[in-house]
Amino acid sequence: MANRTKRIATMFAAMMVGTSASLAGGPVDDKLVIDGELEINTRVPAPEGHPFDELISGWHYRTPETRDLEADSFQNPGMLYVERGEEIWNTVDGAAGKSCASCHEDAETFLKGLGASYPKWNEEAGKPFNIELQINQCREQNMQAEPYKFDADDQKALTTYIKHQSLGMPMHVDLSEGEMQDWWEKGKELYYTRTGQLNLACATCHENYNGNYIRADHLSQGNVNGFPTYRLKQSAMVSLHNRFRGCIRDTRAAFPPAFSDDLMALEVYVTWRGTGLDIETPAVRQ
Amino acid sequence: MFKGATQFSLPAAFAGLAILAASAAAAGTVAPDSVPIEDMEMSQSLTGVPGDPLAGREAFADRKKGNCLACHANADLSAQLFHGEVGPVLDGAADRWSEAQLRAIVVNSKDVFGEQTIMPGFYTLKVGINVDEKFAGKTILSAQEVEDVVAYLLTLKEN
Ligand code: HEC
Ligand code: HEC
Repeated sequence: MANRTKRIATMFAAMMVGTSASLAGGPVDDKLVIDGELEINTRVPAPEGHPFDELISGWHYRTPETRDLEADSFQNPGMLYVERGEEIWNTVDGAAGKSCASCHEDAETFLKGLGASYPKWNEEAGKPFNIELQINQCREQNMQAEPYKFDADDQKALTTYIKHQSLGMPMHVDLSEGEMQDWWEKGKELYYTRTGQLNLACATCHENYNGNYIRADHLSQGNVNGFPTYRLKQSAMVSLHNRFRGCIRDTRAAFPPAFSDDLMALEVYVTWRGTGLDIETPAVRQ
Repeated sequence: MFKGATQFSLPAAFAGLAILAASAAAAGTVAPDSVPIEDMEMSQSLTGVPGDPLAGREAFADRKKGNCLACHANADLSAQLFHGEVGPVLDGAADRWSEAQLRAIVVNSKDVFGEQTIMPGFYTLKVGINVDEKFAGKTILSAQEVEDVVAYLLTLKEN
């Protein structure tokens, strides 16, 4: 046994030689200031019980070009969705003849900080709601309109507009409401569960290897404060559940439906993992 | 429920899988999970057919097969863009590891590096939950591809 332990030690010593030659990524040291005016908190101390000491926005892991795009709201392609979302907010739809603005008159006050406090416990539904679910509930109950299908353009635009009204405000999720704590626990379990033929958990990539390149992708902590994000690769806005599903699919696993209990639990937990990071919506990512 | 996704080496559960895999494997080929890796080594060839290092080099780089460059840099393949840095650089791997060890690493790295490693097992059915049906019951590499990749790794020498 002692002999075996020694052999392992020698092998790992040899491996470390290889490791030291690696490319060394890590988050860049830079500041995100939007339009030269609004400074975003992209690095914050972690809440208690968090596996990290410091929480870092995905912005720090992107190339200089991508970071610049996000810092300039005229260049940021995601801002088109914000504009479109504002239009939808003010447009009447459904049998009740109402728009979002009919019920929430002063959008600026009403929406300020709102997006930063989701997902939120919804007593009536008995589960956490994210912005998308809240929009659909309003459409069905108050507007008598059809709920949006997952990832419909209008759903992404309206969600982007609403989150953008919390730009530069710290993300926080209230775990004391309803059964939020149970959902957090479930989300945590999922975060550490290995899935698929490649046998990887969220934590394997985003907790153990953030800062490293996995092929051309620079792994971040996998925070959600920029969602929906504009992805250059897809030339489109990407919703959070779309991103979750993509990451799960990359482990060669079947992925759960959008807004399913599994993905809502993950959203609660992963949002908590980014507690205190400022909302960046619409963030720009690779 | 979740924690043990890779650890549930219940012999009973795997006996079933092993039968399935064995029926799919060509005659003379060792089925996944039926040959225990002992003391981090596996000296027996999976197929008895010597590995082809050139074919192994291709399987190593192919994103749909080994995709080893996702995590490992390797100077021999410097013509290919984007080498990852999650795992050690593989230059000189054959100076550090024997053939039997390299085979064990590729077959199921968890038996060598421990359960927590990020490196997938390329010839094992001890995998994560909810495997997509396209990949269910299958290994990432075939037995011969493993032998080819091992033959290729044995060419990565610095001294
Ligand atoms: C195989 C590795 C891998 C696994 C496993 C994985 N991800 Fe990712 N994830 C990535 C990569 C690569 C990116 C894009 C670069 C980055 O931001 O890390 C990404 C991006 C993200 C982002 C966007 C971050 C941003 O700033 O825009 C979130 C959120 C995320 N992942 C969450 C998760 C969750 C939750 C899980 C588990 C269900 C998971 N990931 C599993 C590789 C992975
Ligand atoms: C998702 C990441 C990942 C992939 C894909 C991957 N590896 Fe690894 N590999 C690692 C890590 C990480 C280690 C170091 C052990 C550890 O920390 O768990 C390692 C270690 C090794 C070692 C021993 C390191 C040395 O040289 O001292 C070899 C050999 C190796 N891998 C070969 C391969 C081959 C061949 C493939 C493809 C068929 C492959 N790896 C795919 C992550 C990966």
